[in-house]
Amino acid sequence: MHAPRISRGGRRVLAVTAVAALALTAAGCGDDGGGGSKNDKSDKSGGASNSSVSLPELGGQKLQVAAVWTGAEQENFRKVLDEFEKRTGAKVTFVPTGDSISTFLGTKIEGGQPPDVAMLPQVGVLRQFAKSGWAKPAGPGATAQLQKNYGKGWQDLGAYNGKQYGVYFKAANKSLIWYNTAVFENAGVKEPKTWDEFLKTAQTVADSGVEPVSIGGADGWTLTDWFENVYLSQAGPEKYDQLAQHRIKWTDPSVKQALTTLGRLFGKKELVVGGQSGALQTEFPKSVSQTFATDDKAGMVFEADFVAGVIGSETKAKVGSDAKVFPFPSVGDSSPVVSAGDAAVALKDGKGAQALLTFLASTDAARIWAQQGGFISPNKSLADSSYPDEVSRGIAKALIAAGDDFRFDMSDQAPAAFGGTKGSGEWKRLQDFLKNPKDVSGAQSKLEADAAKAYKNAG
Amino acid sequence: MATATAGGAAQPGSPPAPRKSVLGTPRWVAVLFLLPALVLLGALVVYPIGYSITRSLFSADSSHFVWFDNYGEVFTNHDTLTAVKNNAIWVIVAPTVATTLGLIFAVLTERVSWGTAFKLLIFMPMAISMLAAGIIFRLVYEQDPDKGVANAVVVGVHDTFAEASAYPRARPRPNGDLAPSGGGAFTTKAPHEASTPVALPLIGILAKDLPDARPAKPPEQAKEGGKGVTGTVWLDFKPGGGGKPGQVDPGEKALKGVKVEAVKDGKVVASTRTADDGTFSLDTSGPVRLRLPSSNFAEQYAGVDWLGPDLVTPAIIGAYIWMWAGFAMVLIAAGLASVPRELLEAARVDGANEWKVFSRITVPLLAPVLVVVLVTLMINVLKIFDLVYIIAPGSTQADANVLALQLYLESFGSGNNQGVGSAIGVLLLLLVVPVMIFNIVRMRREARR
Repeated sequence: MHAPRISRGGRRVLAVTAVAALALTAAGCGDDGGGGSKNDKSDKSGGASNSSVSLPELGGQKLQVAAVWTGAEQENFRKVLDEFEKRTGAKVTFVPTGDSISTFLGTKIEGGQPPDVAMLPQVGVLRQFAKSGWAKPAGPGATAQLQKNYGKGWQDLGAYNGKQYGVYFKAANKSLIWYNTAVFENAGVKEPKTWDEFLKTAQTVADSGVEPVSIGGADGWTLTDWFENVYLSQAGPEKYDQLAQHRIKWTDPSVKQALTTLGRLFGKKELVVGGQSGALQTEFPKSVSQTFATDDKAGMVFEADFVAGVIGSETKAKVGSDAKVFPFPSVGDSSPVVSAGDAAVALKDGKGAQALLTFLASTDAARIWAQQGGFISPNKSLADSSYPDEVSRGIAKALIAAGDDFRFDMSDQAPAAFGGTKGSGEWKRLQDFLKNPKDVSGAQSKLEADAAKAYKNAG
Repeated sequence: MATATAGGAAQPGSPPAPRKSVLGTPRWVAVLFLLPALVLLGALVVYPIGYSITRSLFSADSSHFVWFDNYGEVFTNHDTLTAVKNNAIWVIVAPTVATTLGLIFAVLTERVSWGTAFKLLIFMPMAISMLAAGIIFRLVYEQDPDKGVANAVVVGVHDTFAEASAYPRARPRPNGDLAPSGGGAFTTKAPHEASTPVALPLIGILAKDLPDARPAKPPEQAKEGGKGVTGTVWLDFKPGGGGKPGQVDPGEKALKGVKVEAVKDGKVVASTRTADDGTFSLDTSGPVRLRLPSSNFAEQYAGVDWLGPDLVTPAIIGAYIWMWAGFAMVLIAAGLASVPRELLEAARVDGANEWKVFSRITVPLLAPVLVVVLVTLMINVLKIFDLVYIIAPGSTQADANVLALQLYLESFGSGNNQGVGSAIGVLLLLLVVPVMIFNIVRMRREARR
């Protein structure tokens, strides 16, 4: 399941966007009178000189974009949309959907009033929309941009039955472990590379008197991410895909091995902050804040790049000096890269929606948000220098470097009943496993029973 | 019932012709006036019930008729069965406790001058929504005693009676000489003689937490003429790493005040506490095993796991009672006001004590009111949803599940299976119907009195 959208604390408004915003304010004033298109046109010609994408003239058209983003994420996305408005003359409204985007969109579509473009956080939903004909295929403009800027893996994620539908605008790298540098210094340990080193590091941190690994077990999705990273690294991408599509069962020996591996961490009370029962009552934001608020409560916390947002908003720690990050240790041959992301999908035919898809697939659009921070783009043409700090640059690099070997969050690919529901399915079973990490086969059979039911119902 | 029908038939005004009523209004006028109510009732009550029943016989995407498969699933699904069990607990416990508390409050506040103020206070939770109450109690039951008031009280009381230890999370390195010997104590595997000093390294304490600790002194043999087993207990972890396990390195801190016992054949023959530099000397001659008793390491009491799988339902029922005891109290207090004083006075004159007056006079006279309160609360409790949804954390939501929540989860939460959701809805309806019938029958009987 996608993580809660969390805003990033530090906001750097760079000169470029400041100017863009000013220009837009001027344009906006003109718009009120209804004669905005002329203004916009002059702006467009001014901005077109350094743009990497050509967009049609859409003066006076009204577009709607729906996404789950709120707070700072919404503000930053608004900046991207502003640039689009400036270049095309279209008027774009942002529609916040609340947490369950598929329900929201479902009712809109049934009611005959879909937004022009929606940002879908789950692959499963994208495929479902494509299958039922709600989503419209991406046009030649967007496809050209995709081919230029995106790796094949990211293109394929947005495709269904050989047709391109989605443009992955925003990505998350879910294979990161964040650590408190003071704790590591005190314990005299370095960033581990392999799972064994990781456990040893954790043990040394525990010896130094700090509980090493903070787990947000009250939120089931953090546990599915733990499992996915271990499984991807240990069993390999092929098995990962098979399990994601439920072509192999959860009773498979590879699952047993992964759970046993995970149990080496979960099963050691001294390695888990608060012990197993404490972890089960820790929500994700708390798992982050307790790691970085003080230097003696917890050493490390695992989760995606949006951890930086929580660190910024809930603690005084500075990302890059007090809080650093290392890639998820390799359990098998190589470190896993599990990702998630939001794909822009057109829900209405028309030039406007296609133009917006094209723009979102371009490097220009990615750069605007990247400069604001709290954003990782799967766009490989985006220069590293666009990211505002060393940490997000590193995270983005790792994501791009994974090429096509990254895998999309497994629980986001599964039917929601299995992979995305509080208190049931995979979330609940892994919570039970965290409570009793010795019972690997019991966890497996329950996972399989739930999966079988959910995949059957989803058809 | 029979008497009611008989009475109705015997009414003198019953018109033989069906077209006109007593006052001579035509039937169509009556129907006209009834129409708005009938339309509203039909649209808002009858139609949804009928639709739910039909919907419960169709599959998830409502494409085909599946007979009673959805009901089969309801009764085989483990989560739903938990919900049924929890609902039973709710229906029995919550109304009973709320009514009992309400009765006690009502009777007691009747006697005191500031009773109204007290009643106002107790009734106040009724003024806030279930959602707000849920959020409040989520915080009340927070595990961390610094945040959750319930655990703050429990831990506060506990710590008044049990002393916290000096080194709660300390432990020896695994595979060292010291090994756990049950009950939280650690004992050396090897017996020790007076001739060789003993090193007892511990880890798991943050060096920063021991700002005043002196550097540890390496274990030494007893001075000339001195007898006994000697050694050092220290924190075998050097900040920044380095240092050899099991050896006192420069910069490693002494642990003072640790209790060390010498054990021979399972009996404690000598015991002492370590000095400021971590050294100890036991007045005994070997061979003895050295034990660090559990009193050194007793973990800080973490309080009760309120929202854990075992206590989550009682905890949420507690929140519900906090809200609804006031409601019960107000209704019962109103009933109490109409209890004839003479009866109570007469009983007291006859020599009955207050308990007898309460149990033999007040409660029987209040019985009708108590039944009303109980039944109202029962209907209310059957549909409990918000408190459970908000208070139970994800990891124990399934343990706290109730039917209304399961209905929501099945229909809109995960599977989007409104067929099964409707089936649960129908089940819930069937459970409410007996209570409703009882309520209607009782109201009719009251009306006839």
